[in-house]
Amino acid sequence: MDHQPATPKPTRVYYFGTCLVDLFFPDAGMAGIELLQAQGLTVVFPQGQSCCGQPAYNSGYRAEALKVARAQLDLFPGDDPIVVPSGSCAGMMKKHWPDLFHGEPDEAKAVQVASRVWELTQFLVQALEVRLTDKGEPVRVTWHASCHAQREMGVVDEPKALLRQLANVELVELAREKECCGFGGTFAVRHPEISAAMVGDKVADIAGTGAARVVSGDCGCLLNITGALEAGRQPVQGQHIAQFLKERTHG
Amino acid sequence: MADGTVDFAAASRAALQDPQLRGNFRRAMDGLMGKRAAQFPDAAEWRGVRELAAAVRLRALAKLPELLERLEENCSRNGITVHWAATTAEANAIALDILRKVDAKLVVKGKSMVTEEMHLNAVLEDHGIEVLESDLGEYIVQLDGTMPSHIIMPAIHLNTKQIAHLFKRKIKDAESREDAAYLTDLARRVLRAKFLAADVGMSGVNAAVAETGTLCLIENEGNGRMCTTVPPVHIAFMGLEKVVEKLEDVPPVISLLPRSATGQPITTYVNMISGPRKSGEKDGPREVHLVILDNGRSSIYADPELRDTLRCIRCGACMNHCPVYTKVGGHAYEAPYPGPIGKILVPQIEGLETRGALPHACTMCNACVEICPVKIPIVEIMGRLRVEAVRPGGAVKDGGAKASRAEAMVWSGWAAMNASPTAYRIATLAMSRLGNAAPSSLPLLKDWTRVDNEAVRSKPRFATRTLHDLARAKGIPDA
Amino acid sequence: MPDARSAILAKLRADRDAHPLTPPASDFTPIEAKRWPDDDRLPRIRRLMEAVHTEFLDATDTDWPAVLREFLAREGVGTLLYAPETEVGKRLEREWEREGTHEVERVRGDPRCERIDPCLTPHPSHAPHGPLPSPGAGEGPTLIPYDKPIEDLKPQLFTAIDAGLTTTRGAIAETGSLILWPSADEPRTLSLVPHIHIALLRADALYDTFLQAMREQRWADAMSTNALLISGPSKTADIEQTLAYGVHGPKRLVVLVVRS
Ligand code: SF4
Repeated sequence: MDHQPATPKPTRVYYFGTCLVDLFFPDAGMAGIELLQAQGLTVVFPQGQSCCGQPAYNSGYRAEALKVARAQLDLFPGDDPIVVPSGSCAGMMKKHWPDLFHGEPDEAKAVQVASRVWELTQFLVQALEVRLTDKGEPVRVTWHASCHAQREMGVVDEPKALLRQLANVELVELAREKECCGFGGTFAVRHPEISAAMVGDKVADIAGTGAARVVSGDCGCLLNITGALEAGRQPVQGQHIAQFLKERTHG
Repeated sequence: MADGTVDFAAASRAALQDPQLRGNFRRAMDGLMGKRAAQFPDAAEWRGVRELAAAVRLRALAKLPELLERLEENCSRNGITVHWAATTAEANAIALDILRKVDAKLVVKGKSMVTEEMHLNAVLEDHGIEVLESDLGEYIVQLDGTMPSHIIMPAIHLNTKQIAHLFKRKIKDAESREDAAYLTDLARRVLRAKFLAADVGMSGVNAAVAETGTLCLIENEGNGRMCTTVPPVHIAFMGLEKVVEKLEDVPPVISLLPRSATGQPITTYVNMISGPRKSGEKDGPREVHLVILDNGRSSIYADPELRDTLRCIRCGACMNHCPVYTKVGGHAYEAPYPGPIGKILVPQIEGLETRGALPHACTMCNACVEICPVKIPIVEIMGRLRVEAVRPGGAVKDGGAKASRAEAMVWSGWAAMNASPTAYRIATLAMSRLGNAAPSSLPLLKDWTRVDNEAVRSKPRFATRTLHDLARAKGIPDA
Repeated sequence: MPDARSAILAKLRADRDAHPLTPPASDFTPIEAKRWPDDDRLPRIRRLMEAVHTEFLDATDTDWPAVLREFLAREGVGTLLYAPETEVGKRLEREWEREGTHEVERVRGDPRCERIDPCLTPHPSHAPHGPLPSPGAGEGPTLIPYDKPIEDLKPQLFTAIDAGLTTTRGAIAETGSLILWPSADEPRTLSLVPHIHIALLRADALYDTFLQAMREQRWADAMSTNALLISGPSKTADIEQTLAYGVHGPKRLVVLVVRS
């Protein structure tokens, strides 16, 4: 994936929280903001934001997706980076908005906005080159990579690099790290049995690492994985990476 | 289903309840993914050859009508008779006609996906012609009276024990031995007699070279060579997209296909047929026929976005890497092409009325896109087909077949809520206050939380304050 | 079906012209860049092919018939099918004649045909036979010339031949593949039906890649009716991913490497 040049380091960023974070993981969203603030950045959270449009886009309702995406466009004036605590929503904005707006009057604006989108961990590592100091107790964790973070945003090593900066955190990788957890947006309810089988394999993989926590960068996956961990009474906790990093570094 | 709609959800449910099947697929696909990865240790090499293979396929599509004409011309010059079929019915009629002329009673077949598409075996059997699949996997599946579950490894859903039982039941004097070497040898003996006696051999085509009039077939077993070399007549079937321009275009395709498919550097045989037996030659078929099948491909070709579907070289890697395929196996798709390529190809060939569910049987994880050796944007095409399924008219057969007023209303309501900050604030407020009170018996929540009456996932819990609330409370600037 | 033909082509042409496609340039350098030093090619070919159960024999221009003969005797091979019109075939005949064991055209009446390898029998109901007694000293395997159309040879070809000898047009280092170029003199089935395929490879005819071989040998100018790459004995993994050799084609592939 293309990366914007890391220098000069930005001083102001926009934050696009995403609808899932908004409704289910606001603390993770807040933690992301605080991680950025801890690096000395001014973080702007436009209150008019809602959703990137992905649910409708992936369901075949492009006009509806366009309407929602368009409602976000004017919230990010200027050139400041737009940081998103989700690989999936970042991928929607960066990769699919240009297609979605293709041939529309505001195509140029959409392309400009899309080009400024970063996934959170990618931004922390590549743009900010953060150095984290671990203040937590020893713990073993594993990392769940979201499909869109990996394959649309090209975020593979960044989150693991951040976890490895933490002295007391032992990262045990999954045997099938690249495999989808079975969330897939509406897929989970259109094909609940297959989705359950997929998350079943994922949970078994997680349990196999002996980790106390599974950390991920996408709330769709987390809803799915933590839901399955709970239903299966597994002692592993799921957590968004932003929140985990904040807990570890803020003491 | 009675109306011809193929119910992927029901079929996959059955597969998921079969632990044996699930185990077989999980093991097999894990092995294949590992072997493929081992074949591409050099990322730059992979990228370079992949770009080349994609370019080769795109160039073929760019010149498709001209190349097909050239292929026909050069095949004819080589003595290969070329036939054209718009539909599978036409292709079957062509095959029957050739068989009738040579009074064929026994046909041996090498692997051919196109003939699966045609249901050719059933047609031949209806006409009293014995037809024998000779690829070991296809042979097993034929004995079992089922369908292939994978385009490269047709019998991957069965384990050795199951195959041993099958052979014991179906092959005279077979011993009950769960030993792949013994079973393979058993099949060898049965099939060698058939190769010897067959009147006609049939095969598919991996790539047809316009420049030289050459049909390229790759395989490991030698059955493909047997079918194309030993019987007096050879009939090859190809989808019209399988043409490539030059002989030099074959190496990039051959370089990626076996590595992607089964993780081997090359197949045991690369069989390049440029004609029947020439005068003075002592063997080879007396007649070679090439049947070029359309069956909806030209319609796929008509759309510049969907056209990319036709790049496919049928390596099967997308299914090996598909998290859905690896869970449910190939039979759930009830189609000759399962997995990701099947989910985009089959609805375009058969229409969205009966196959409109397939593009939704996907989490859009992009694992297939990442490994496809010819860079087909499978997931983008999947998304496009989802659009076509609910949009009447359009480019795909039975466009709009899945349109539903109720669903459309849900999405327009969703859009209204998310396109207006006020509506969004009210809606999220309502959800954070009331959402957790929703009973698990609500339709979508029920699917989320329970499968077969077993708890699979806990209910998602709405936070009492949204991120919008928290940001406002913490004084995070709004602009 | 001429109607289908013109309808299909007309549709494709119209649709393509409505949405022309500009393919990216085909850059062959990633394949052209694959090169191996002269000394590495043969070992690489050997390693790749041995990994899939190919066997190798080393010989020279002078001694290859003797090396072959010794191999056949050691392995208890009773019958060797060969191409009498080729240089290699002629050399073979001379060699066998000199040893005084030149037997040709005896295949039909040869009682040994009936008791070769168990897998030669076309039906599993045939009782397995014991291994062939090794030919005694001075007694070579019977040479069978492939000198008539397959129709006249078919039953014997499938039931009474142990091994077939072919030449090659070289081998490919990248993938460990032999290039076969069947012709009027050297039939296609010689490398396919016999249980053992012995292929003569000249140690100086090695290529880096398939692409290089087809370019240097100018394949596009004149193709064999059945050009082949062969990279091992017949194999399958269709039974639970377990590799098994000799499913339909040769059970063994023996490369006789001939150095000048
Ligand atoms: S779509 Fe790509 S990965 Fe799938 S079978 Fe075709 S070429 Fe292979």
